[in-house]
Amino acid sequence: MQPFKYRREENSAAAVAAIGQLEHSKFLAGGTNLIDLMKNGVERPAALVDINRLPLAKIEALPDGGVRLGALARNSDTANHPLVRERYPLLAYAILSGASPQLRNLATNGGNLLQRTRCPYFMDTGFAQCNKRDPGSGCGAIEGFNRMHAIFGTSEQCIATHPSDMCVALAALEARIVIMGPQGERIIPIAEFHRLPGDTPQSDTTLRPGELITSIDLPKSPYARHSHYLKIRDRSSYEFALVSVAAALELDGDTITSARLVLGGVAHKPWRLEQAEKILTGNKMERHLFAAAAHTGMEGAKTFRYNRYKVEMATRGIRQALGVAGGVA
Amino acid sequence: MSPLGEPLSRVDGKLKVTGSAKYSAEFEIPQLAYAVMVQSTIPSGRIARMDTSAAERIPGVVAVLKPGNALELPGAERRVSVLQDDLVHYDRQPVAVVVAETLEQAHHAASMVRVEYAKADAKLNFDAGFPTSYPGSHNGIPGDLSFGDVDAGLRQAEITIDQVYTTPIQHHNPMEPHATIAKWDGDHLSIHDATQHISGVQETLAKMFAIPKENVHVTCLFVGGGFGCKGQVWSHVILAALAAKQTNRPVKLVLERPQMFGPVGARPRTHQKLTLGATRDGKLTAIRHEVHANTSEIEDYLESSAFPTRVMYSCPNVATIHRLVPLNLGTPTYMRAPGVATGTYAVEVAMDELAYELEMDPLQLRLINYTDVDPHTKVPFSEKNLRGCYSRAADRFGWSKRSHGPQTMREGKLAIGWGMATETYPGKNLPAAALVRLQPDGTAVVASGTQEIGNGIYTVMTEVAADTLKMSPRLFTAVLGDTNLPPAPISAGSMTTASVGPAVREAALRLRSQLIAIASRDAQSPLHGADESDVELQDGKMFLRSAPGRSDNFKSLLARHGNRPVEASAQVKPGVNENQYSVHSFGAVFAEVAVDPDVRMVRVQRVVAVFDVGKVLNEKLGRSQFIGGIVWGISLALFEDTHVDWRNGRIINANLADYLVPVNRDIGEIDVSTLDIPDTKLDSLGARGIGEIGITGTGAAVANAVFHATGKRVRDLPITPDKLL
Ligand SMILES: Cc1cc2nc3c(=O)[nH]c(=O)nc-3n(C[C@H](O)[C@H](O)[C@H](O)COP(=O)(O)OP(=O)(O)OC[C@H]3O[C@@H](n4cnc5c(N)ncnc54)[C@H](O)[C@@H]3O)c2cc1C
Repeated sequence: MQPFKYRREENSAAAVAAIGQLEHSKFLAGGTNLIDLMKNGVERPAALVDINRLPLAKIEALPDGGVRLGALARNSDTANHPLVRERYPLLAYAILSGASPQLRNLATNGGNLLQRTRCPYFMDTGFAQCNKRDPGSGCGAIEGFNRMHAIFGTSEQCIATHPSDMCVALAALEARIVIMGPQGERIIPIAEFHRLPGDTPQSDTTLRPGELITSIDLPKSPYARHSHYLKIRDRSSYEFALVSVAAALELDGDTITSARLVLGGVAHKPWRLEQAEKILTGNKMERHLFAAAAHTGMEGAKTFRYNRYKVEMATRGIRQALGVAGGVA
Repeated sequence: MSPLGEPLSRVDGKLKVTGSAKYSAEFEIPQLAYAVMVQSTIPSGRIARMDTSAAERIPGVVAVLKPGNALELPGAERRVSVLQDDLVHYDRQPVAVVVAETLEQAHHAASMVRVEYAKADAKLNFDAGFPTSYPGSHNGIPGDLSFGDVDAGLRQAEITIDQVYTTPIQHHNPMEPHATIAKWDGDHLSIHDATQHISGVQETLAKMFAIPKENVHVTCLFVGGGFGCKGQVWSHVILAALAAKQTNRPVKLVLERPQMFGPVGARPRTHQKLTLGATRDGKLTAIRHEVHANTSEIEDYLESSAFPTRVMYSCPNVATIHRLVPLNLGTPTYMRAPGVATGTYAVEVAMDELAYELEMDPLQLRLINYTDVDPHTKVPFSEKNLRGCYSRAADRFGWSKRSHGPQTMREGKLAIGWGMATETYPGKNLPAAALVRLQPDGTAVVASGTQEIGNGIYTVMTEVAADTLKMSPRLFTAVLGDTNLPPAPISAGSMTTASVGPAVREAALRLRSQLIAIASRDAQSPLHGADESDVELQDGKMFLRSAPGRSDNFKSLLARHGNRPVEASAQVKPGVNENQYSVHSFGAVFAEVAVDPDVRMVRVQRVVAVFDVGKVLNEKLGRSQFIGGIVWGISLALFEDTHVDWRNGRIINANLADYLVPVNRDIGEIDVSTLDIPDTKLDSLGARGIGEIGITGTGAAVANAVFHATGKRVRDLPITPDKLL
């Protein structure tokens, strides 16, 4: 690891100011991703601004029936908070299916949004090629071992996935990311927060340099009763998803009045299936409806040598998650 | 008292759970400097240029050692990478060593070393290497061995199974990484090393540096798991000693987790072609087991997967063939149940396939082909009660309630599958020495230059000595892991207890005789003039069987004899004449899996295993070994897989997040028991060793259960959800 300056700030304005002053600086939250990457030599910040003392760890109800998740609330506190369990069980399950208890106790909500891909060609500087780590160097994964890689929204430059479980649920819940920057506050809808790799795979998100995430705001949700987060993985805990599915249904008897369907582990961002949601909406829950939604959802998938299985796996996953969410599995 | 076999808790348990057991990296040494290895990023070629100037400028750096400036080692060999030339034979080969005042400085400097390579063509295509593969041997036993006439046996067969099974490269990954501290004192070298074989380290270092063996002192009080990867002396041990010599400082070198993937051994990849021939009623007429396994370009290691096939079933015509495929990868090595874990997977899945072809209960098929004699040498097994294992395990599992067809058992939504397999492991031992010393205060020391690798040998030594001298185990201190002690063999091959146990027994018996002789010669002793055969020991006392009133105790005896300790040592080579008996352990293992019918995640809900391993010296330690082995078997079947980027030979999951081993949630109920029948033909203890047999067969039992649940036969381990879709 390269030596770095360390500075701790007590409030958001000071943190934003500090990150602007210090060259090549980064915020340090739980450190569960950043420190690993520094040890691997993938991230080489010259300075860290520790934000753990910022007063951003609260979880509180919003007047419109939504909930505000502080950027520095730990993943475990978030998943176990009564407001989250009651109003957004989908999110609670998604968070709890990620990482391990030890990691969730350290990991923050803001850090989770910004965790970087687990693509091995990105994580290991021993590989010469990675456009995300070293733009222009090529992609090691396209012709390499790409079993964990994306099948949607890939580019010639990058086929990495976003590894978060939490973000898949956030996408289904249409969260808004609240940000403080040198120019003040702004809000980015989750759908626009993570980006596809395109020609600039080095940028994971639309966050600008020096901006601080202060909270994740969840709008009031009609999905508390009928939702499911299905995570398909190689072992039953402490492992990233091969494919994950967030399914949320609003029901009137057997009829779906609105639906949310988002996949994880298949793209550079949580992959929302809006066409499939449309197919579901207004129809009675039935096996063939779920199958049709899954079929539509998987249209346009582009696979690579070792990840062909993801299409079939996601198809089955969507059917199962919808069935469980609707209480008909 | 300490009747052998009782579940005495580990004598070192408290030290371990309180963190006070000292592992090899934990010794504080004045003036210590820290070494970090720089490793290659190409699989084959030459170092064209190495720029260490930036690294050398980092504050605190003591030296950057590389080919060209590293000391010449008189005894260096090609098999280790110790900076003697600029050749690269595999990715992650050590190519430089940075020594600094602090670990952080060493790390930082190591990241600043710039290496340019001249790449050469690398051999990285396993299958393409088959035509030029060559035979090998494992521990001196030839890889090729046949008896009978397999072609004729196959012609007689009414049913044949002909399949290929593959197992991936695996890496050991004990919790404690490899670690060495080296310190020179003139031409004397002291070493703290995380090793399964202190005398091996001593010999290798003596040879490398061309100094007498007596000049090298190696200690290792605890090993935080070895599983085979700490059995050999790898490059880093020599590099630590080299760095210490060259910098004239004591040096510590601890491998980081990613460094465990390459330079310190692995289980190689295997490709196993199994051909079974059988009659309609299930009698095997032929077995052909042909193995291709990778080795490295610099050294041969043979994964002996077909060895178990030589002893498992009564079959007149057997051919076992092994071929080595050299690749530009780190040299593979022994990994828990080497050969047997991978081999029993293939044979026992093939047997399952045969059972389904015959529409026969897989257990019945095993019984039909049961053998009481070694099928190759035709000599009887020293002790074999596998029938008892089958029937007890089947009972405990509830096997009779099985429905034969695949996909016929359910539990709610989940598909349930049951599978079984035979387990086996050779009973081996090597000469070992030990000493037992009675102290004037009535306590005692039992010592041997063996290694505690989690196997519980501190406890076993204590128990055996206490049992022989009829003293409380609490009065004993066990000492080991030091080359100044009586030598013991490598802690591997499930031999430690079977080798060191008898040595301790013999030393304790000699001490017993000495004590009785002293008493008998002592006019003041109530046992004066006693004959040894009339003396019995109990609770630190000796008394006459013919006159129990006449007794003397150890403490007063020693008090009358100058308060000096009395000591006895022994060197023994236990074991039997191989022309008379074949020594193998056996067991039966049954597994139940539940498979999600849609997304195909597999969970092993239940494993029942019963072992015939001779006398179990400590029930509690034994259970841990069996359970650990079974977890490894589950891991073999479902999880472990070293992913190599075959374009450049670099391992891409070189960390414990991406190299999967089971987590608690993956492991269901495990029910283990033993027949506990001593193998009296072996020696007075009758223990055959238990460290590895648990992993054998288990991989197959799980794989067979997955087939039973899903109707899908995956012949390429591990069985991950994508392969079951
Ligand atoms: C072995 C392992 C397994 C894992 N498994 C899973 C899994 O199964 N599922 C899953 O979803 N995740 C998993 N994770 C990832 C884990 O969830 C993330 O590491 C964690 O959420 C990151 O949070 P943090 O607070 O530690 O972030 P840090 O590491 O502190 O920061 C990450 C990045 O975010 C930036 N940052 C942090 N907070 C802010 C803020 N408020 N504003 C602006 N920038 C900020 C930092 O500068 C840094 O660039 C795993 C991690 C590990 C190590």
